[in-house]
Amino acid sequence: MNRYLTPFVREMPPSGIRKFFDLVSTMKDVISLGVGEPDFVTPWTVRESGIYSLEQGQTMYTSNAGLLKLRQELSRYMNNAYGLEYDPEGEILITVGASEAVDLVMRALLGPEDVALIPDPSYVAYGPCAALAGARVRYVPTRAEEDFRLRVKYLEKVYTPRAKLLVLSYPNNPTGAIMTREDLLPIAKFVEEHDLLVLSDEIYADLTYKGVHTAFASLPGMRNRTLHLSGFSKAYAMTGWRVGYIAGHKDFIYGMTKIHQYTILCAPITAQHAAIDALASAEQAKREMVNIYNQRRRLMVKGFREMGLSCFEPLGAFYVFPNIKATKLSSEIFSEELLREERVAVVPGSVFGPSGEGHIRCSYAYSTDQITAALERISHFVQRRL
Amino acid sequence: MLSAEDRQLLDLISQDCRLSPEELSVRTGLSPEHIIKRIKQWEDDKVIVQYHPHINWEKTGEPQVAALIEVKVLPQRSFGFDKIAKRLIKYPQIKTVYLMSGGYDLALIIEGQSMQEVALFVAEKLATLEHIQSTATHFVLRRYKQDGVALMGQEETPERLVVSP
Repeated sequence: MNRYLTPFVREMPPSGIRKFFDLVSTMKDVISLGVGEPDFVTPWTVRESGIYSLEQGQTMYTSNAGLLKLRQELSRYMNNAYGLEYDPEGEILITVGASEAVDLVMRALLGPEDVALIPDPSYVAYGPCAALAGARVRYVPTRAEEDFRLRVKYLEKVYTPRAKLLVLSYPNNPTGAIMTREDLLPIAKFVEEHDLLVLSDEIYADLTYKGVHTAFASLPGMRNRTLHLSGFSKAYAMTGWRVGYIAGHKDFIYGMTKIHQYTILCAPITAQHAAIDALASAEQAKREMVNIYNQRRRLMVKGFREMGLSCFEPLGAFYVFPNIKATKLSSEIFSEELLREERVAVVPGSVFGPSGEGHIRCSYAYSTDQITAALERISHFVQRRL
Repeated sequence: MLSAEDRQLLDLISQDCRLSPEELSVRTGLSPEHIIKRIKQWEDDKVIVQYHPHINWEKTGEPQVAALIEVKVLPQRSFGFDKIAKRLIKYPQIKTVYLMSGGYDLALIIEGQSMQEVALFVAEKLATLEHIQSTATHFVLRRYKQDGVALMGQEETPERLVVSP
């Protein structure tokens, strides 16, 4: 039946992660560092709010944009955290996870004439979503020597006058890199000079371990050029609830809401009620989780460095992205052999783009016991190859 | 007020006091020397009072009974609660002594090997003490959670995908 698929879908490569997932599923006793979601369960108070909303019979659709109360709370939250001002009525759209938000932005802003600029390596969905919108993609390399921060010199190299949208995703999956205000200012200047729009996916913003996160939209002149994306999945351990949001200029939100109303209608109401509670009462729980991630982060960076691998210090998200070139293996071969020989699952850096080659992504959303055991196994593997 | 660093260190120790200064150093980013010095200071100042494992005695099969005792004290001039408390804490059977607000004055937790042993202690030793007006004994039937730790088995760990983007 393959021939019935459109040529575009037929040719679209599956996520490189999928292949790895299939391989791991056939094996036993695997310690996995391959997961891109928190190991914590959603804080109880948040879960209880979801349950309570069900008990109250809150099982209907919400407005397309999402519950007004949630948009109001988000507006307040973004204002407190970043000094951003978004009108809950018209400038915020609640989505089914930040994933839907990425798709909406691409579809609303990109067409066959356009080019999207995407940092490399980065989360696997940006390129395919831009391509689904009909646009072409140019990847902007980032380098371990520069802590995987996006630099204007590389943007200039790949820039084309057809470029319309720049994707930013810091703190970054898979590298754990962050961009400080000082790092972002030259990017903002470049955006202004070249009349670009920005999709800023800041889903990991709360998982920043040094300094404070700067929202790109808060930089001078950037508010109306930026679609600020985030969600509840990472910081509040709410991946399965599927609730995210976009904030931006009302014309953009209006356009995206039209796509959203025809394709999704609204984000699940239970998840929206839980999200309201997350903002209201899970601040302490969030801080505790961030503290624990930070402890594990240090443990993991130290572990890789002691093995003799170079590992830049990631200051955000929950990933470590060590350089494995010393083993003379490609990312993919390293990951496959590590899995077969030591039963540890990591994700090859190359899955996230060509600049990820020579690296592996290891998540520290695991208990310290699991991390310690995995590091020991990886160390055995690496010592045999150095 | 504790600094954020101190708070983090104490939190880690209170969860697992077997962590070595080196392990604590990796987790917190503080130097092992600093950590050793800080812990020594807390021990000297009795901020850290004792290191002890949290044992679920029910699981050992060892007979153990606990009771919460509400104690009303007859207030007398120049004989405050502290003085009575000081006498009570000397008994090894009394594990906990709190001064309370509300309907009674002192709350005690008493442990023994049988209900009879605890009852006898209350009747013969405690109730007969001078200045103690009355006692009410509530036996503990089951411990579900103690000192922040659930004792009746954790929730099942929900399954995560093994690899995800």
